[in-house]
Amino acid sequence: MDTMRDRFAPVMARLLDEDPRVAVVLAEIGKDAFQESAHAHPDRVINVGIREQLLVGAGAGLALAGLRPVVHTFASFLVERPFEQIKLDFGHQGLGGVLVSAAASFDWPEGGFTHMSPGDVALMDTLEDWSVYVPGHPDEAETLLRHAVAPGTGSDTKAYVRLSVQANAEPMPVDGEHFLTVREGGRGVVVAVGPLLDQVLAATEGLDVTVLYATTVRPFDGAALRRAVGAARADVVLVEPYLAGTSTAAANDALVEVEHRVLGLGVGRGELRRYGRVDEHVRAHGLDAASLRERIGRFLR
Amino acid sequence: MTTTTERTYAYADLPHLMSRMTGDEKHGPAATSTLDALWVLYDQVLRVTPARVDDPARDRFLLSKGHGPMAYYAVLAAKGFLPVDWLEGFGSYDSPLGHHPDRVLVPGAEIGSGSLGHGLPLAVGTALGLRAQGLTDPRVWVLVGDAEMDEGSNHEAVAYAGPAGLEQLHTLVIDNASASYARPGGIAARFEAAGWSARTVDGRDHAALYEAFTAPHAGRPHVVVARVESKEYAGEPK
Repeated sequence: MDTMRDRFAPVMARLLDEDPRVAVVLAEIGKDAFQESAHAHPDRVINVGIREQLLVGAGAGLALAGLRPVVHTFASFLVERPFEQIKLDFGHQGLGGVLVSAAASFDWPEGGFTHMSPGDVALMDTLEDWSVYVPGHPDEAETLLRHAVAPGTGSDTKAYVRLSVQANAEPMPVDGEHFLTVREGGRGVVVAVGPLLDQVLAATEGLDVTVLYATTVRPFDGAALRRAVGAARADVVLVEPYLAGTSTAAANDALVEVEHRVLGLGVGRGELRRYGRVDEHVRAHGLDAASLRERIGRFLR
Repeated sequence: MTTTTERTYAYADLPHLMSRMTGDEKHGPAATSTLDALWVLYDQVLRVTPARVDDPARDRFLLSKGHGPMAYYAVLAAKGFLPVDWLEGFGSYDSPLGHHPDRVLVPGAEIGSGSLGHGLPLAVGTALGLRAQGLTDPRVWVLVGDAEMDEGSNHEAVAYAGPAGLEQLHTLVIDNASASYARPGGIAARFEAAGWSARTVDGRDHAALYEAFTAPHAGRPHVVVARVESKEYAGEPK
């Protein structure tokens, strides 16, 4: 199967053709896939070199001039290194844009911790009005990229799209806004985010729980969670492919009028100092189906 | 026949306009370090007026060094971008005029600033965005301080814009020798090493500023280093 990132440049090529406001900004990483687009749109496919503060600042400058910037590099260098540029150049300036990351949590384990950014969504969550999309399949990535860029609508919204090599076997009909109900049960509600859906479905096989599928995590679909909790016990497990507990506060806020319990599962804070394969890191963080079944089962009692 | 009751302001009015913010008719060199360069730009160089603040083809001026913005507000008021009677409230809760400008609140301000090192990358993107829309006539100006050039983000922007040939991009460095570690001539040299056209002038000499601002620089971005008196205490928390 191709990866979400394999879809990124072709989707952007079409959006660049369709909408003269769209521009792509790169900092070397990912530029090879944009060779044809850069040839077709030399002024709207921009590579600033290995300069991530400029990457984000110039992206915002494009928005100042009236364009719709789509800014891409690895999450560590997109969200963490130039975080103040995201906060000020887009947020404080009141500008819109789309940040598209790759390799956030542990897509390249051999590369080690310098190329991991499991805290990306938590960091973005400290800022106002950023939508956050976490597709779980390359087809969903296409849908959500288009939704985030929204060609031709004059949109000035802010969006963060998190592309990963981790993916589910089959796509779901995501709409860019709502959680999907995948399974219904009575003992609790498990919210599976993006590429962890397959693991969650395997982990909860035979358990009497509702499974919601989230790919738009900000804004958090609190109404969907409240509906699910109305039909099941208000014991909620969040299974997120980034820092554990990132959405715990959002779930608590959604359920402020309901007695409830929340367990936040995801990538641990501790640095493993391990290389290896993605599946080994999934297991190390307790996000494989067997570990999830044990942890979810213990929580639901 | 049309008549106007709006009064016009001259350079000589700027100290009084600043005093409406500070309550003091006298202003030290730090408060006025940008004043002459700003006046020459807005009075003679920039093709932007209050009626054109939303015109895609206007010239842009981005104040990156947002510290000590009284001179900037005074010039914007003198040129009619904002009402003169806003100046009295400077820095108060209900005033749109803070000690660092906010583009969302201040008519005519192209960017908000305060954190150093953001304006030049934003200006690079603005120049790229204008070019991408076929708007090759408008010029983009960004004002930075000499100590602001310590920020690495500026080096990223300078090093990119020269080789990228961003002719529409102009940087004005107000050099009041406030950087703790600097070499004489170091600022212009850094720009020149990146392929920029560069002029260094007396930042109080209006004719020299105008000449430097309007010097041709085909195919290259342009920097003007405007030297003014050395920095004194400017009231910024340290």
